[in-house]
Amino acid sequence: MSKNILGLFLTIALAGVAQAETVFVTLEKDNALAVVDPIAGKLIKTVEIGQRPRGITISPDNKLLYVAVSDDDTIKIIDAETLKETGRLPSGEDPETFALNPAGDRLYVSNEDDSEVTIIDIKHKKAVKQIKVGVEPEGIAVSPDNLWAASASETTNMVHWIDTKTNAIVENTLVDPRPRALGFTADSQQLWVTSEMAGTLMILDVKTKQIIKNIKFDIQGVTHDKIQPVGVVIDKDRKRGYVALGPANRVAVINAQTFEVEKYLLVGQRVWNLAFSPDQKRLYTTNGTSNDISLIDLETQTVTKSVGVGTYPWGVAVKP
Amino acid sequence: MMRPISLFLHIIFKFLFIIYLPSVNLVYAAAKQTVNVAYLTQEQKIPPPLSNLDAFIKDKGVLGAELAIDDNNTTGEFTGQRFVLKKFIVPLEGNVVDTFSKDIGDQYPYVVVNLPADLLNKIADLPAAKQKLLFDVATVDDALRNEQCRNNVTHILPNRAMRADALAQYMMKKRWDKWFLVIGATQEDGLFADALKRAAKRFGMKIVEEKTWEHTYDARRTAQSDVAVFTQIDDDYDVLVVADEQGQFGEYLEYRTWNARPVIGTQGLIATAWHRTHEQWGAVQIQNRFKEQAGRWMEEQDYGAYLAVRAIGEAATRTKSNEVNKLKDYMLSDAFALQGYKGNPLSFRSWDGQLRQPVLLAAPRSLVAVAPIEGFLHPKTELDTLGYDQPESTCKWSK
Repeated sequence: MSKNILGLFLTIALAGVAQAETVFVTLEKDNALAVVDPIAGKLIKTVEIGQRPRGITISPDNKLLYVAVSDDDTIKIIDAETLKETGRLPSGEDPETFALNPAGDRLYVSNEDDSEVTIIDIKHKKAVKQIKVGVEPEGIAVSPDNLWAASASETTNMVHWIDTKTNAIVENTLVDPRPRALGFTADSQQLWVTSEMAGTLMILDVKTKQIIKNIKFDIQGVTHDKIQPVGVVIDKDRKRGYVALGPANRVAVINAQTFEVEKYLLVGQRVWNLAFSPDQKRLYTTNGTSNDISLIDLETQTVTKSVGVGTYPWGVAVKP
Repeated sequence: MMRPISLFLHIIFKFLFIIYLPSVNLVYAAAKQTVNVAYLTQEQKIPPPLSNLDAFIKDKGVLGAELAIDDNNTTGEFTGQRFVLKKFIVPLEGNVVDTFSKDIGDQYPYVVVNLPADLLNKIADLPAAKQKLLFDVATVDDALRNEQCRNNVTHILPNRAMRADALAQYMMKKRWDKWFLVIGATQEDGLFADALKRAAKRFGMKIVEEKTWEHTYDARRTAQSDVAVFTQIDDDYDVLVVADEQGQFGEYLEYRTWNARPVIGTQGLIATAWHRTHEQWGAVQIQNRFKEQAGRWMEEQDYGAYLAVRAIGEAATRTKSNEVNKLKDYMLSDAFALQGYKGNPLSFRSWDGQLRQPVLLAAPRSLVAVAPIEGFLHPKTELDTLGYDQPESTCKWSK
């Protein structure tokens, strides 16, 4: 009882300071992982991780990090506290992007060179299935209700819908050229897909697998070919979605109900991937060519800080 | 008596089952539409080697087309389209016009052409070409995009003007304003020199001196003395700009000039559609896929043929058609965007059929820059700062 009260007291005391959280950023060219205290706006340390780290995600219990170490042809499992490697997963060649299922026991990996998606059983560290998809699969996501794994192939220009029960493709949706990233809404009703070449965001209805809305980004003073949408995230309440626009150096803020683009926020150069803070009050962006991450305060919708992290920041994951 | 019959039926059913297996699976749509693509080229005479470093590659182009047809068919498996590539390789002493008129025939509305400019024009004007769309994956001639343009020909590789502009933008950025222009003796060298002069004018660069290389080509013996003497000129210059498309002497200029100056143009720092040092924007993927299939690096013509066949695939997928007019309209529209592994989406200039694209500036072992260079602006797309923009074009191209 007294422990609880102490705990409550501490929570109240800390609430004013905002919760401490840790941001992990893969540095593609430094072969390292940057560890950042975003509230203090400080790079805490950089640890070596292997050749050309790119995709990164954290386990649902926040204890483990999974990092695609592309040139080492593996996905490393890293203890999120000690930052020591605890194991490796058989990802296939040159892993870049992958997605974890909600239970945290299955990993879906895009194998770009082989036009395949590999499903890995994490507990047994074993590949359980390889599924043929279109040419150069990249973006991949698992729906929060765990019914679907969606894979986008960049050269075939399709979203492949993989039924997670049968591990087979059951449908394909043709999308705009060079689809890059995908994100499900928290209610698993929509899939948001970005197209790098067309400069668009497509909203797909999960039930019908059809595009219900196509949003073309348009920024004054920026030519269309610079607007190359990549990372996409949508908040829990489906109020707003955010899209990283690559060399346009901006993050688009989209009303997730009306699909209006409300704002473009100027961040670092070649903004690539995005991640929410655990309370979804902040958004973190990796900026590939300015070698930093930007912090966006989502309540005021302003960019509040940028923190230098190292060369070619690629992926980002947040631990509470 | 019944038994053999039932066995027979059983076999038939099994057979039918195997045949119908693909259509049972809902994912892979049944092929209901075929898109026929021809690839036309002629064998080449092996030129005398400049050095023994690089072996002559005789199949430049075709391997790119093969990779692209595979990519198209992977997409086609999901959309119910089938892409067929038929290769027509005319022997050295053969007749290209005959092959085009008689062998290619009506069956192939799309023809990827890897031939020199004069032959390309000749076949484009044939009656058999009227209802076809040709994809030129070899020429760099500015005239073919201007006064000699044909409305049934698109050009995939950057022309000389695009390359010269790319180089000029880089030299302007580096403030290498004073050029010493060295031109080879061939007609092509003269054409590239013209493009360089046009670029110099466009970007306010100064050509302080222009000289034609007339020395021996067996430069292995004499380069040291010849080049030093040749490059002693009255005016000072920032950079030696060379036009030697066949590579007959250009390689021997670097490190041998009288004054220490960089070499740029057709040797030294070059402008090209594709290069083995290029790995950004997913280029690593296609470099790897090509190398695995071909057993060598991807050359410019391979990249051109790859893009041509992919453009056909992209247009066929989007229009759900195999009709030449529909595909052509789509390709020339603003909606068309082709992934070319160079960052920007590629598209066709509606005024001359040239594929607009970034141009790589490469040294033998490092990619130095990608043009358009940052800061060169254009109201529509910065890609149109390279080559002939709409107001400058003399092509009377009507769709």
